[in-house]
Amino acid sequence: MRDIYINGLGTLPVGEHWETSLRELAVQAIQAALKDAPGLKPEALFVGNMLAGQLSHQEHLGALIADFAGMRGIEAVTVEAAGAAGGAAVRQAVLAVASGWVETALVVGVEKMTDKVGAGTTAATASAGDSEWESVQGVTPTALAALMMRRYMHDYQVALKDFAGFSVNAHANAKTNPKAMFHNTLTADSFVKAGMVAEPVNMFDTAPEADGAAALLISAQPAAVRVAASAMATDTLAVHDRPDLLNLRAAHLATHKAYQQAGVGAEQMNVFELHDGFTVFAALSLEAAGFAERGAGWKLAQGAIGLSGQIPVSTFGGLKARGNPGGATGVYQIAEVALQLRGEGGANQVMGAQWGMAQCLGGAGATAVTHILSKN
Amino acid sequence: MSQSISDQLLRPVRDVGIVGYGAYVPRYRLPATEVARVWTEGTGALPIKEKAVPGLDEDVATMSIEAARNALSRAGIAPNDIRAVWVGSESHPYAVKPTSTIVAEAIGAVPNTQAADWQFACKAGTEALQAAIGFIGSGMARYALSIGMDTAQGRPGDALEYTAGAGGAAYLVGAAEEALAIFEGSYSFVTDTPDFWRRQHEVYPEHGQRFTGEPAYFKHITSAAENFMTQSGTTPKDYRYAVFHQPNVKFPQRAAKQLGFTDEQIKTGLIVGVIGNTYAGSAMIGLTAVLDEAQPGDRILMVSFGSGAGSDAFGLRVTDQITARQKRAPRTKDYIARRTQIDYAAYTRLRGKLVMG
Repeated sequence: MRDIYINGLGTLPVGEHWETSLRELAVQAIQAALKDAPGLKPEALFVGNMLAGQLSHQEHLGALIADFAGMRGIEAVTVEAAGAAGGAAVRQAVLAVASGWVETALVVGVEKMTDKVGAGTTAATASAGDSEWESVQGVTPTALAALMMRRYMHDYQVALKDFAGFSVNAHANAKTNPKAMFHNTLTADSFVKAGMVAEPVNMFDTAPEADGAAALLISAQPAAVRVAASAMATDTLAVHDRPDLLNLRAAHLATHKAYQQAGVGAEQMNVFELHDGFTVFAALSLEAAGFAERGAGWKLAQGAIGLSGQIPVSTFGGLKARGNPGGATGVYQIAEVALQLRGEGGANQVMGAQWGMAQCLGGAGATAVTHILSKN
Repeated sequence: MSQSISDQLLRPVRDVGIVGYGAYVPRYRLPATEVARVWTEGTGALPIKEKAVPGLDEDVATMSIEAARNALSRAGIAPNDIRAVWVGSESHPYAVKPTSTIVAEAIGAVPNTQAADWQFACKAGTEALQAAIGFIGSGMARYALSIGMDTAQGRPGDALEYTAGAGGAAYLVGAAEEALAIFEGSYSFVTDTPDFWRRQHEVYPEHGQRFTGEPAYFKHITSAAENFMTQSGTTPKDYRYAVFHQPNVKFPQRAAKQLGFTDEQIKTGLIVGVIGNTYAGSAMIGLTAVLDEAQPGDRILMVSFGSGAGSDAFGLRVTDQITARQKRAPRTKDYIARRTQIDYAAYTRLRGKLVMG
């Protein structure tokens, strides 16, 4: 297999793009990525998206976006894996280029969450769960995260305040990221006092649904950032089918496959963009990826995850404070790790970053996509 | 050829002003902590301290009559000199049948009067006020009565249930020579922005959650205020007071800050924290609270906001006649002080929320 590189990237500010449509968001991110890699001409487009069919009444994004991006005629397809759609689309691009069938692949993750509100959005995001066993009973992604968080708190004797560090760190990093949704400081005190969404998940524990788009150009032409590993794994869709609620099995499998591909381990990672849609997922992801023993992931939030910490996470704000544009999130994560390895992190730069990992989750961890990037 | 920017300012051919004003707030108060107790186990931030709730025998018609009588007392005019009675509200008791005729009859303004109900979400009242400026300013009539009044509806458990309050104000508009405050012009800014609505036969309004903020409230309030000040050649420093539509405490504070107004300028008219969002009455009752305290020569900026969406901006200059008239009727703060606290259970009874499906 030939080496794969990230030749260009483009990200839009995450937020409430009331006046920009789904296709415009995608096209703007694509234009930014093309500008970042002059001369490259994509032959295939992989669109990462989770909810356009439900929230925008628009499927068939591959042809639509290829057309509006001025690439009429190229191969294009949508990749859907709930919240992991972005990472899954990147993986498809990597596979395409690695196979030799495609020389240059374009990935765009795009999501438009704010055209619908309230119950409509919740019902759409709930479709990431098991429709027959979970969603139909009214179980939402937040409710599933709440079940897992309560179990975590019970089994490991952890309090709500012990999760504060994840959200506080995310906000601290987002503050200097102009593309982040939130730029306000979050204190541990206000975290604990925040209104409940689904106990024990509160307003400052959960990531905001947002609009956004991020694009990557991937090819075999050497560039500053190499894709050292690309792995994907699954777990049961329904959370109740898992023998162990606190083992993110898909994340564990994907991470360890990725470590094997890259020939490195957790100890080499300088940056980890993890899926902090809920703080308990951040803790469980750190455990699944081998940064902490089981039941000890939360401890890293007490000082080890900052930009100069043992394992910096959510370095541009993460899902919590950069914002969570669903199927675009996985592409943002990879673009952010690439920026770190290029040394273009600005105020958010992790000094001397050589290796970085990005991992997105779909649903309550039923899909995990892990990419390891290295500085070339 | 496009109009020059100064042509957008709305000014009548003769100067007009407010000859009388009156507020009304029902006596019952539901603390926001009560809504939080029932729906969120007491967690989460509260947008206001408490809201006014109408009694079982109160509605927009009765409340408008109270405010209109206060306005008449301050104006000291004969009600049969009134040629228009206009009521702006989003809670008119009838879908078909005017509130305004009930009010006109009750205050003795019938039959030689124009009467109509106005609807434009929370700026229905200031629409009626702007129309009255034209009605009097053209010389068609001596006095017109414009009212903004609401018994706002909030879906149980919705974010709006904390704030959807009851109350409003009435303004008698007449010639500048008789006025306690003279209009120095007005301006309207509207777009098709669907941030909040209630369709026919629906009991509670729906809203676009955070869409009600930036693209709706803030865009319209700040655009209306900025365009009005530019066209009238004024800056925030020229005004002693400013009143903005107040759906909660934070929104008008933030709008004021964006526009360059100080807390000092807005605090007198910022009463949403203790009466709730009175919708069509919101900016108008903020203005009565200011007029209760204003001194001759003070200038006031009032900007309403109605969902759907639009803002009306008004500039006012207070005259010498204010001092004598302030005392002729209960002041806004008297109504705020007249307070009977209720719990959520009493609130559900007063608002008819117990419905078995």
